[in-house]
This record gives sequence, C-alpha cells and structure tokens, in this order.
Amino acid sequence: MQAVKNKSPQWMNFVDKTENFLFIVPAVLIFGIFYIYPFYDIFTLSLHEWNGISFNLKFVWFDNFVELLQDGGWWVSMRNAAYITFVALTFQNALAFALALACDRQIRMKGLYRVIFFIPPVLSEIVVGLIFSWILYAGIQDGQHIGMLNYFLDKIGFHHLVNDWLSDPKTALTCIAIMHSWKGFGWGFLMLLAGLQTIDRQLYEAARVDGAGAFHTFWHVTVPMMLPVIMVVMILTILGSMQAFVLILALMGEGLGDHTAVPVTKILSAMIKQKRFGYACAMGVNFGVVLVFVSIALKKMSNRMKQV
Amino acid sequence: MKRNIVLIFLLILAVCITGCGKPAAKKDEVVVWHWMTDRDKALQTLAEKYQEKTGVTISLELYAPSNIYSQKIISAAQARVLPDIFGILDEKEILGEFIKSGNVANLTEAFQANNAVWKKSLFPRALAASQFEDGNFYDVIPGIYGVPLDVTNIQMLYNKKLLEKAGIKNPPGTFKEFLGAIAALRRVGISGMVSGWGEPWLINCFASNYAFNIVGEEKIMATYRGEVSYTDSDWLKVLGVFSTLHKKQALMEGIATKGNKYAEQDFALERAAFAFNGSWCVNVYNNMNAELEYGVMLPPAISKNFPMKIWGGAGSSFVVNDKSPNKDKAVAFLKWLTAKEQQAYLAKETHNLPSNRQALDAIPEILSEFAEAMDSTTHPTIWELNEDALVIEAFDRGIQSIIIGEKSPKKVAREVQAIKERQMKKKKR
Repeated sequence: MQAVKNKSPQWMNFVDKTENFLFIVPAVLIFGIFYIYPFYDIFTLSLHEWNGISFNLKFVWFDNFVELLQDGGWWVSMRNAAYITFVALTFQNALAFALALACDRQIRMKGLYRVIFFIPPVLSEIVVGLIFSWILYAGIQDGQHIGMLNYFLDKIGFHHLVNDWLSDPKTALTCIAIMHSWKGFGWGFLMLLAGLQTIDRQLYEAARVDGAGAFHTFWHVTVPMMLPVIMVVMILTILGSMQAFVLILALMGEGLGDHTAVPVTKILSAMIKQKRFGYACAMGVNFGVVLVFVSIALKKMSNRMKQV
Repeated sequence: MKRNIVLIFLLILAVCITGCGKPAAKKDEVVVWHWMTDRDKALQTLAEKYQEKTGVTISLELYAPSNIYSQKIISAAQARVLPDIFGILDEKEILGEFIKSGNVANLTEAFQANNAVWKKSLFPRALAASQFEDGNFYDVIPGIYGVPLDVTNIQMLYNKKLLEKAGIKNPPGTFKEFLGAIAALRRVGISGMVSGWGEPWLINCFASNYAFNIVGEEKIMATYRGEVSYTDSDWLKVLGVFSTLHKKQALMEGIATKGNKYAEQDFALERAAFAFNGSWCVNVYNNMNAELEYGVMLPPAISKNFPMKIWGGAGSSFVVNDKSPNKDKAVAFLKWLTAKEQQAYLAKETHNLPSNRQALDAIPEILSEFAEAMDSTTHPTIWELNEDALVIEAFDRGIQSIIIGEKSPKKVAREVQAIKERQMKKKKR
C-alpha cells in the first residue's frame, strides 16, 4: 500500500499506457512480420536484379517497373485474367444466383442439391484439372475420339464442332474460364443462398398482396435486399479469379504461350524459369496494386449502391 | 496479475524467437531431399541397408514434382536451411551460383582419392554436368561438385505393333522416311508422334537435336554469343522442321499443351506410334503397360553436314551442402550409393541407366538400346555457354505457335532475334 502511494501519477499513467500497448503487441508483431515486412521486402527486391541465390543484388532503381510497363506479355496476361474474371462475374455468379433462388424455394430434395452444388469447390484444383483434361482430350484411337466432349459431339452428329480445345488459341482461355466458373460457383451459391434466407418473408407477402408478379418481386424486393451479399460475392469472385492459376497448371502445364498466361503464371515463370526474382517481385507489386485499386473501386461502388 | 501477463508475453516472445532458429543437425543422421517419386521406394530400401551397415541414419524426404522441388531448394538456400544432400535441377549457371554462395561442396578431392577409383567408375559425361573446368564461363573454382545417381538420354521411341499395322517394317532412318511413315500411319487411323510439349523444355530439347544436325555446334555457340542471327537460313530450317511436322499432321492432337505424364500415357496406351521421351520412360511404360512393345531410335536426321546430337548425360545428380556438419558422412553415403552393387539394384528396381558403368551388365534390353546412344549425347550443362533464359522462352513459345499453325518460322525467328538483341543490349549496359 505504501509502495503504491510513493509512485507519482505520471508514473502510474505511463504504466497504464504501457500495459495497453502490451496487449496489442502480439497483433502488431504478427501483422508486421507476416504482412508489412513481406510487402516491404518484395518492394525492395523489385528494385533489384537478383537470381534468387547469389549474394550480389544489383540495385537497378525502377528499371524492372519500366520494363514491366513495356512487357506486352504481362499486359496480355492481365487481359486474360480480366477475361476469366468477366466470365466468372457473369456466367458463374448468374448460375450461382439462379441455383440459390431455386434452392430457396420449397422444392423437393433441396438439401441434396445444396450438397451437390457445393462439391466442385471442395474438390482439389488438381483433381478438377485432371477431370477436365479427360473431358477436353483431343486424341483419337482406332478412329474414335477418346476425349469425352469430342466423342459426344461426334456421336450426336456435330462433327464440325470437334476441336483440339486446349491447343486452339480461340478456345483454350474460354475452356479455362468455364472450368474456373464451374469450380467456383459453389461458394457464390452458398453465400447467396444464405443471403436469400435472411430476407424477411413478410416482404414477399406484402409484395404479393400489392399485386407484384414474380419478376417485380425479384427486382424490387430480392435484388435490393441482396445487394450487400452480391457485392461481397463480386469482390471475392474478382479477387479469386484474377489470381487463378492452379487450374491452368493442372490442365495444361505451362500453358499455350501467352494465350493462357495469367499474372500469377507469369510471376512464377519469371521467378522459377528465368530466375529473375527482382522482375517477378515488380510483377507482384504491380499486380497487388491493381488488385487493391479494384477492391477500393468495388467498395466505393458498393457504398454508393447502398445509398441508392 | 500484471506480472503474470508480462511473463506470459515474454514466454511467447521467447518461443517465437527460438522457433525461428535452424533445427539442430543430428550427429549420425544425413538428411537427403529428393524429387524422384519413381525411385523413392528403392532409395528408402538402400537407406535402410546403409543404416544397418554403418549406423548412420539416412533420412530421405521426397518433394515432388521437380519444379516445386527446385523452388524449395532455392527458398531453402535463401533461408540457409539446406539439407546435407540435395539436388539442383536448374541449368549450370544456377549450380554455379549455389557453389559461389558456399552452398555446394567441392568433391574433387573425394573423387580423386585412391587413384581416382570413384571417379573412374562413373560415366565421364555424367560427371561433366556438375564439373567446372579451368577458366569456365561461370567463374566457379574448377572441380567436380555433383554425384550422378544415374545417366539418361532423350530419344525417339516407336511402337513396333503400330508400325507393323501400317505396313512399316523398319523404323525410319531419315526425316523423309519418318514423314512417309507418318503418312502410312495416318492412312490406318493411327496418330504420329506424341511428346510432352506442354513443357517447353522438351520442345527445346527436340529443337536442339535438329539445331546440332542442321546448324552445327560452332554456329549454335556463335548464335548464343550474338554473332549469328536467329533469322539465319539454318535456324529457319530448324524452325521449319516444326512447321513441316504441323503441316504433315505428324504430331498428335493436343501436343502443344500436353504435359509429359499425359504424353507417356498416350504412348503406353498405344494412342501414338512415336514418342519423344527420356530413358526414364522405361520404368513409366513398364508400370502403365507391361505388354508394350517398343524400340528406341535417334531422331531422324535431316542434314548430312553435322551429326545428330541428343540431350543426355547425368540424369539425377546429388550435391553435398558445404555448410553441413555431416559433410563427410554425406559424401561417404553418396560414394556407397554409386558403387556397383547399389547401382545394379537401382537399375533393376527403377529401370534407369546406372551412372556406374560397371553396373551396365545388369540392365534390361530396352535400356541397353538407350545406353548405346550415350556417345551421341550433349547437354546445355556441358556447353561452353548457354542462351539467355528469356530468349529460350521466346524460342520455345515460338515453336509452340508454329505447331498450332499460328505463326510461321520466319515470324518466330524475327521475334526471337528481337528479344536476343534486347537482352544483348541489356547485358552490355
């Protein structure tokens, strides 16, 4: 008691504050070590020329970024990722929303459908790649198409549609985009279904009493109520699709030149094949900045829509 | 209470800090990181045998596939946590960097001991892959830095039954005969050649065979030095090989994006009459279709000016961590592993060509066919210099474009040359 009395108020204030800081130190440490430091390190490396092993790192200022701006292949990979994202945003999310709406109604065996629709996201991307490589296979044995899709097209008389799907620059990227959508729609389905189930059923009752048809109810009740969930699904779809690459590796190894390259495969190639760690880091920084901007834009759009 | 919180915090901090340290090396344990899925079981058996014999534990850790392994090794080198024994699967320049950064031990002394008996037992071409000569381009202290576990070469294979079905009695010896065989095969609905050209290094390997045959080694090196252009008529002929293969429909559908494991499956299941693959395929085909009847041939030559050279040499090599406290034990284990008895066991179990020539008597017939071409082998690791990685990538991707009919050889040559010139300028700067 005597000891406490002897300490000045300033000292007690200091101890209190230090204690408070002590509580947030673990979080700050984890955030600093696993988020801030790697980003700082990647940015620092992006200003160097380095093969990943040598002790000698050559400081090259912003040369890697200048080269990146002139690297046509990098921007083609960005465009490819944007195309996959566009297909995911439209086809994948429309499918997820339609199926979520169907499962939200009083239909038979809807529990089973929910399980079935959630199987693709649970599967490993390597497995999905193997399954689709079998479906899209283009070989012939004893005059018969071995690939499932080509075999089916041939059997039903659409011989002219038989194609070397993955080695044709016109179809390879679309195949990947569709495969990615098939793999990913289950997440959107689950989130949208959860969102649909939170809508107060009395709103639908009221709309029906007011004479609203199915489309009007959907447009004026379901869609506005679902906007926050739709925005979250969109943001996750964009971030997930822009970074898709495992499926490409599983389906077609290093891919069909720039036709199926996406930013992550380009970064991997610069790092592993070309041993240009600095350039790969510059790609990573550039890609990260693009994704941050896209996320901020979507957040702003979401806020504006909420106000409307 | 406050004191307890502070103590808990300090304890967590201490655990975090000590947890970041390197695991302590065990005295009688040699840790090996490898990537050879097909050889894992046989290596484990040998490791157990070695432990029984010497009391030294060999801990084999498998990390596959090879590209992931390669990345793991680089990350481990950066974090200074390399194991006692590991492999470097990249080009010689990277091996040189590992050596210069003190991660790989110079084994010359061990090889030269006892009248160089260890060195003499191994194929010189296998050793060459990790050997640096005086005044080498990579600025590495001369010496032998790796131990080859087996040797390999990449050739063409033909399915005897399918050729017979198309009325072809002998495998083609020239490129013209090869195209004739393809036409005959197509008439009976059989696909021509398959390979894992979705993995560009295999395209590069095939192109390199024809470059040696058409362009010749001297001119190839001159091209790498920037003295000859890729738009030179000889290089156009090399690229023209792929254009001809595309036009004559000699390649199996989907080859441009096919991984080698799928290509191996296609050949094993008799979906294509020819394959371009390495000697490791003997084990793969044996597992997929033990009934497969096939033979080995050099890729059919086009030009008579230069001999056809195929990629080959050391298949899988191990290096020893120079910073390892168990360096001597690691070297002793590798010496034992490459001795005749162990090599014969590995060849029998894994169908790979042994690096120890005394063990050649024990190999199956098909492997002997591969072994016959060892004199025709070459490899980028033994060339006086290698092409820039970006140029190689553009070259391989360009060939991919040719075989899908997207670009002409001339266009690809121009694009590759443009990248070559850009890289030359950058290097000068």
